[in-house]
Amino acid sequence: MGEKKLMKGNEAIAEAAIRAGCRYFFGYPITPQNEIPAYMSRRLPEEGGVFLQAESEVAASNMVYGAAGAGARVMTSSSSPGISLKAEGISYIAAAELPCVIVNMMRGGPGLGGIEPSQSDYFQATKGMAHGNFHLLVMAPSSVQEGVDLMSQAFDLADKYRGPVMLLGDGMIGQMMEPVEFPEKIDPTELPPKEWATDGARGREKNVINSLYLDPDVLENLNWKLQEKYEQMQREDVKYEEYHMEDAVVAVIAYGTAARIALDAVQAAREDGIRVGLIRPITLFPFPEQVIARASAQVDAFLTTELSTGQMVEDVRLAVKGRTPVFFHGRPGGNMLTPEELLEEIKKIRGEVQ
Amino acid sequence: MKQDKLKEVAGYPDSMSGRDMHYCPGCTQGIIHRLIGEVIDELKIKEETIGIAPVGCAVLAYDYFDIDMQEASHGRAPAVATGIKRVHPDKMVFTYQGDGDLASIGTAEIIHAANRGEKITTVFVNNAIYGMTGGQMAPTTLLGQKTKTTPRGRSSEETGNPLKVSEMLSMLDGAAYIVRVSTHDLENINKTKQAIKKAFKVQQQGLGFALVEVLSTCPTNWGLSPRQAMEWLEKNMIPEFPPRVFCAPEGVDEL
Repeated sequence: MGEKKLMKGNEAIAEAAIRAGCRYFFGYPITPQNEIPAYMSRRLPEEGGVFLQAESEVAASNMVYGAAGAGARVMTSSSSPGISLKAEGISYIAAAELPCVIVNMMRGGPGLGGIEPSQSDYFQATKGMAHGNFHLLVMAPSSVQEGVDLMSQAFDLADKYRGPVMLLGDGMIGQMMEPVEFPEKIDPTELPPKEWATDGARGREKNVINSLYLDPDVLENLNWKLQEKYEQMQREDVKYEEYHMEDAVVAVIAYGTAARIALDAVQAAREDGIRVGLIRPITLFPFPEQVIARASAQVDAFLTTELSTGQMVEDVRLAVKGRTPVFFHGRPGGNMLTPEELLEEIKKIRGEVQ
Repeated sequence: MKQDKLKEVAGYPDSMSGRDMHYCPGCTQGIIHRLIGEVIDELKIKEETIGIAPVGCAVLAYDYFDIDMQEASHGRAPAVATGIKRVHPDKMVFTYQGDGDLASIGTAEIIHAANRGEKITTVFVNNAIYGMTGGQMAPTTLLGQKTKTTPRGRSSEETGNPLKVSEMLSMLDGAAYIVRVSTHDLENINKTKQAIKKAFKVQQQGLGFALVEVLSTCPTNWGLSPRQAMEWLEKNMIPEFPPRVFCAPEGVDEL
């Protein structure tokens, strides 16, 4: 670890990607993530890498497909409407089992929406990115430092599972400045070779990067193979953090930016003598369902809070299985939650379940 | 006949797998594949070439070449090729695309790859119809031509005119070598091979983007016999899509 630097989230995440050995970036401008491609366009050539502004998000995600299939550590970044366009390439990337990292700095939707921070793409990121039975491994930082830390792991996880990994932030994580420390740079040429990559069949059998399986048995087998990876993620790579859960009778569940606001509300409630805790999922897929299931035996109620109309709350309800009431409070469309309104919700719920 | 007197005079190019192809009788895609295979062999680049298969009739091209291949989504082969070439600038990268893939859904990708002067080679097969999906109108469908989605014949008022891809791309500064050839007879097939070879050499020399538009047949969806299809191509497609060199780098003939 080096010295602390004050950096904007988008730029810090871009630098973390370079330090993790990413040398190829294909992207398209969209607010509020524009600092990532701008930073990459300056830094990647210094590291012997390539930055390319694609003609569209569709092209960018297919450039990522090509570069990942050619064996490179490669990434792209975008924001909500742009991710919808990248979804085509992402489905092919998942089917062809190609490692890559995608950053989504979410803004309000649907449609063109707005440019303010939002968490309205949880469904898209964790469940419905595009056609076919597939998932991305999705991680949601709630600070600039955590964005750096997760980016450092994202490429290794992409290689581990040979699939796409998404860093899901929002406009606030991307735009705000916080002090960060970076890990040491790794040398991408020292990474284990990718035997399956298409880099010219020199002295070996040919490699094919493909997602077409006309034989239904082969296609079914691919689908089950992908499912096995997702089960392995659930066993080995679930990440979450708990705050004040030891004696909590109400558990707030929130991720990313909403979790920062929720923590303020939890602390304020504690000062008012309410025993409330916070569970903060860091991986949204695999979802920390077991920790929530365990908590359902301890608390009288859950309050899920999101910058959306209620998306993650569905996964909370699935984990709780009706054992404990699950409440929801959210602000969609780019407006921010306040700790005060969350504190009111906590008090109201405490009253209702008592 | 004594076996030891037999001498092989023709066979599969080394860079092809020799697998039976799925193409219809009278379709010239098998010929075009073979020409690419021969060029790869002659340039001795089998172990440094990465091909990109399209969506369309040639979707299984990766089965027929014995080289590294990627299968792209519909129209995105030039973007996939860009990703590969930027990672391996010293390797040879080519896309193989049909008219629906390149001239309809993939227009943005091909125009921008050409405009960037992406050092790749594209083989663009134009048979004026969608083959794999069963004979719908392509951007290159001729006026008056009947297809599944132009049952009364293509009308320019409703659907515009045949898209002239080579003419369009040759206007871009990044396009180094743009040529249109045909496969309706032996003489033109030989010219097609020479054009493909030049297009690979242009890439090898780092001169910029190279595209060979190859006029091809679709007897099945044209509703013609293989022989009639060759005649139809010559009579109807050649006047609309005249074979010629649209742009070429200086000294291309010496390549």
